[in-house]
Amino acid sequence: MKDNLPEADELARIHLDMPPSSWIDTPAMLKKGMYCHGVQGKNIKALGMPNPRDWLVEDDDWQLPEDWYNIVMEGLRERLHRFRSLQIFMDICVRCGACADKCHFFIGSGDPKNMPVLRAELLRSVYRYDFTRAGRIMGKMVGARKLTKAVIREWWYYFFQCSECRRCSLFCPYGIDTAEITILGRELLNLLGLNIDWIGAAVAKCHHVGNHIGMEPQTFKESILFLCDDIEEITGVKIEPSFNRKGAEILFVTSSGDFYAEPGIFTCMGYLMLFHQLGLDYTWSTYAAEGGNFGFFTSHEVAKLLNAKMYAEAERLKVKFILGGECGHMWRVIHQYMGTMNGPAGFLETPVSPVTGTRFDYAASTKAVHICEFTSDLVHQNKIKLDPSRNDHLNVTFHDSCNVARGMGLLEEPRYLINKACNHFYEMPEETIRERTFCCGSGAGLHAGEDMELRMRGGLPRANAVRTVRDRYDVNTLACICAIDRAAFPALMDYWAPEVGVAGIHELLGNALVMDGEQPRTLDLRGEELPGISENDPSPEAVSASGSTGETGGT
Amino acid sequence: MGIVYALLLVMGLVLVPWVGIQGFGLSYLFGVLIPYAAMIIFFLGVLSRLLKWARIPNPFVIPTTGGQQKSLDWIKSSKLDNPFNRRQALGRLFSEVFLFRSLFRNLSSRIALTHKNEQQPGLTFASAKWLWLFAILFHYAMLVTVFRHLRFFTNPVPWPVKMAEALDGWLEVGIPEVLVSGLVLLMAVSLLLSRRLLMPRLRYISLLNDYFPLFLLMGIAATGALMRYVVGIDTSGAKRLAMGLISLKPVIPEGIGPLFFIHLFLVCTLLAYFPFSKLMHAGGIFFSPTRTMPNNSRAVYHENPWNYPVKFHTYQAYEKEFHDKMVEADIPLDRAATPSIGPLNGEE
Repeated sequence: MKDNLPEADELARIHLDMPPSSWIDTPAMLKKGMYCHGVQGKNIKALGMPNPRDWLVEDDDWQLPEDWYNIVMEGLRERLHRFRSLQIFMDICVRCGACADKCHFFIGSGDPKNMPVLRAELLRSVYRYDFTRAGRIMGKMVGARKLTKAVIREWWYYFFQCSECRRCSLFCPYGIDTAEITILGRELLNLLGLNIDWIGAAVAKCHHVGNHIGMEPQTFKESILFLCDDIEEITGVKIEPSFNRKGAEILFVTSSGDFYAEPGIFTCMGYLMLFHQLGLDYTWSTYAAEGGNFGFFTSHEVAKLLNAKMYAEAERLKVKFILGGECGHMWRVIHQYMGTMNGPAGFLETPVSPVTGTRFDYAASTKAVHICEFTSDLVHQNKIKLDPSRNDHLNVTFHDSCNVARGMGLLEEPRYLINKACNHFYEMPEETIRERTFCCGSGAGLHAGEDMELRMRGGLPRANAVRTVRDRYDVNTLACICAIDRAAFPALMDYWAPEVGVAGIHELLGNALVMDGEQPRTLDLRGEELPGISENDPSPEAVSASGSTGETGGT
Repeated sequence: MGIVYALLLVMGLVLVPWVGIQGFGLSYLFGVLIPYAAMIIFFLGVLSRLLKWARIPNPFVIPTTGGQQKSLDWIKSSKLDNPFNRRQALGRLFSEVFLFRSLFRNLSSRIALTHKNEQQPGLTFASAKWLWLFAILFHYAMLVTVFRHLRFFTNPVPWPVKMAEALDGWLEVGIPEVLVSGLVLLMAVSLLLSRRLLMPRLRYISLLNDYFPLFLLMGIAATGALMRYVVGIDTSGAKRLAMGLISLKPVIPEGIGPLFFIHLFLVCTLLAYFPFSKLMHAGGIFFSPTRTMPNNSRAVYHENPWNYPVKFHTYQAYEKEFHDKMVEADIPLDRAATPSIGPLNGEE
């Protein structure tokens, strides 16, 4: 998959000079490695979406439907009436340039159309031409242009070079949010059947089978049980989770990255161990197995379509509330969209932790609690025992996932947990964390194999910050709370910051968690031997070091 | 190209009233009709724009959060950057409107091609508050200048206006006394323009629509300064004209000179241009969902007025398809659905 990916030193030579010709006169050159495959017809058909066909990005003719122009213009008009964000963001940008170098794709590629302001102008120019008189009369002079097939190609290329991370929106004096532009731009493209297959295929599978990877119910159950076997091997504790169980108190939903592949599965083992230790009355669902929502990368409607299953299943199983795993955009959808799209969830109750009795009033309407909030509450009230020394072989740094950082504000909880579960925690440079965090470069459905160059370029700022702490503090573990991060980071670290592994917070927590009836731990959740434990003396000391705080490295 | 056209356009706008007044004596047109027209366009234009925005719903709660959320009691939340209720959201909005808080955050990123001896880039960040400074200088200078001009429209002049003017003259140099706001205004506009010209990236994104208002403002500030410090005009005449306009009894006093009409015409252009341009960011910020909405979407139900049902894949359809596999894997079935000839798609 890295066939045509240049070496890091070559990729690093980024040209920041602006091209001689104005952007409006420069057609997009689609560069291999910087885009994903076009969506296959069957994956569009699976959702009953318009204009299914097989097409190749490399083709000159994308087989647009006959009245493509009217479809897009009508779609744009409709969205201008439905989304205040879109109308406002079309109207008020002053092109001050504050956003320009905030975008990881611009920093890593130097392509001017990756400046958020120009990404928005790609759409704004068409808006000006068709919806404002000055634009119609004065044309390019005032940045207006007619929609053409070349513009559609350009939109497709650049709206799938944005990971909807919202970093630009934070720095914009008016909060203009390129994620909104990209989301709605992609909606318009989807009206023409122009998605990417990495998203389209995941959406089709999720719609039909219940998760992005198309895992059928029996396989889903097997995967979880397989992780339980591993847990038993490592801890000696046998765990028997339940599936689709009616009357459970809690429905637990996470994204498929957590039960499908490394290193996500280690995080999943952490959840399983924690829930078992607590004796939590919870259930998995094979039907609403997927929390991650690639529909959100397609259109609001498809996001709603996939998300609807979560409440439907919670209602069917008669649970009291929903607990959600570590996933970035899943939480953007749950936090900012789910209640509105598929609520109100009158059939659920305001979440109350069955262990501590804490009422999560801030989730009183949506009735969904983030696992990091849930676990922080447990740790704060000393309901679980943690032995952070079991993570002493890890020097940890933390990547704030864009969606939970800028679309929710979950900043302290994960740090609190890392500090309780690990002794060695170091922050990356402050300009690259918390609300100012940089995207992994692969968000919003772009973590495919064929766009590796795009991913490496987009991930450069994040990787660079990781490298800084790797060199300064010997950091060897990049912790994160997002399944796309966990899927995307290993390749990014290999490329820009080798020797740094990737872990979820609940993996670290699982390592440190002292379970009732467990055997002395000699292995971490990855099955790797814990250092400092000789075979003759397998008893680790300091079993109840739950109170010790980790070291917070600052820069 | 945009910049050349913008400059020519503003130069043309200077010539129009000059020719009109000097050549054709159209002082009633430029002193009364055009100002009224401009004011009407401004007020109706701004109003219709605001109403248009207000009528479009915010379907979803999408604030951009810039700090810790309100969650567990013992975790301190950031009320200003991550507001949880309307009051806090207003606080955030006002910090944007009056202090330009987001611009204050600005960082410039610099990429150095080599990092130590490795062939990899090193990325560094530096605080970059120039834009914030220029912008805030410009806007406050503009505010003071406009406020000062109220003395032309009021009789007697209210004390806050007098005081503003007195304070504005704190430098206490020159006759007439130099007013700081006007100079700052001219300087800030020039700085904002130089940014656009000198930074290649900014030059690349700039349009005619970006240069035009800057030149227009320069023209207004420059003609104002000329009148006050160089040419000197009959301010009592200007005031009589202004009072006439405001009291709907327009008069054209003698001897106010063409420079005044040029100044007035440029202001009228600005007023008429305002509602149809990016200058409407002044009103738009109050409608921007990412900055105005509180981040309480999990606590309070938010309704989308155009929400419509979708046909999602129901559990019943799912169970029907995987029935045998689920039985074999010992996954509980929904008994009611076991006979399972329900509809394939449900509605929510």
